[in-house]
Amino acid sequence: MNWASWDAFWAMGGYGLYVWGSYAAVVVGVGLEIFLLRRSHANLIKRLKRMQTWEKQ
Amino acid sequence: MSIAWFKYSSPMTFYGLAGHLAPWFGWGAAILAVIGLYIGFFVAPTDFQQGEAYRVIFIHVPAAWMSMFIYLVMAFWSAVGLAWNTRLSFMMARALAPTGALFAFLSLWTGAFWGKPMWGAWWVWDARLTSALILFFLYVGIMALWAAIDDRRRGDRAGALLILVGAINVPIIYFSVKWWNTLHQGASISLTKAPSMASIMLTGMLIMAFAAWFYSIAVALVRVRGIILERERQTEWVKVLLEQRS
Repeated sequence: MNWASWDAFWAMGGYGLYVWGSYAAVVVGVGLEIFLLRRSHANLIKRLKRMQTWEKQ
Repeated sequence: MSIAWFKYSSPMTFYGLAGHLAPWFGWGAAILAVIGLYIGFFVAPTDFQQGEAYRVIFIHVPAAWMSMFIYLVMAFWSAVGLAWNTRLSFMMARALAPTGALFAFLSLWTGAFWGKPMWGAWWVWDARLTSALILFFLYVGIMALWAAIDDRRRGDRAGALLILVGAINVPIIYFSVKWWNTLHQGASISLTKAPSMASIMLTGMLIMAFAAWFYSIAVALVRVRGIILERERQTEWVKVLLEQRS
């Protein structure tokens, strides 16, 4: 095991800011992409369905 | 063995196939990321030169690789689309661009957060960093071009042309550390030499690279499904599909 404690894990040997600053950006970026993709997909289906009901009328 | 390639080049069949494949790639990416991060943080030892700061490598290198690889895949689909005028090819290029841009951004961001403690600077204008920044601008420029052209077919072709011209930048990024004197270190692994890093670090990095690969495939498949629906909305199969969903 690399880490004596959780504190040591979060400290990353004094490089905590840089290591976690990098990983945080990845988590935010990937999370945002998944969120936006799901939202735009749901919106698209809603929009297409609405257009379909208009066409029928 | 004959695979019905042309069957899956039809947007209708590909829509279904992509829907089946996407969850597998998504879960594959999640599992690989858990394994890769476990190796990266709990198995791989402290680097004797860089201390714990080197652990940025487990996301920096996969992100940088993906940003270049996705661009090459987009260039491939653009060439196919321009040559054979296949509808699905342009849709694939459009589905990949946002994910490529994300990885290009993350490679710059994580690089800055690695450069600051190791080099003492968030950013330097060396050949590797500058060409990677140009790649990010290319992605943004391509998406802006698509957004600016209302005519879908013209947008597809203009975008494909820009993608193909910009593809020259990818070998420049890759070989920049050889061709010029860069502050950025040379390639960690190459086809001709033994890797210049400990094998457990390399294992963790490669697993993370596969995770990034699977993630990109999953996201691109979901995005291409949206593009297919949008573009084929006048067709009978999309109408039937939407009715079934209510």
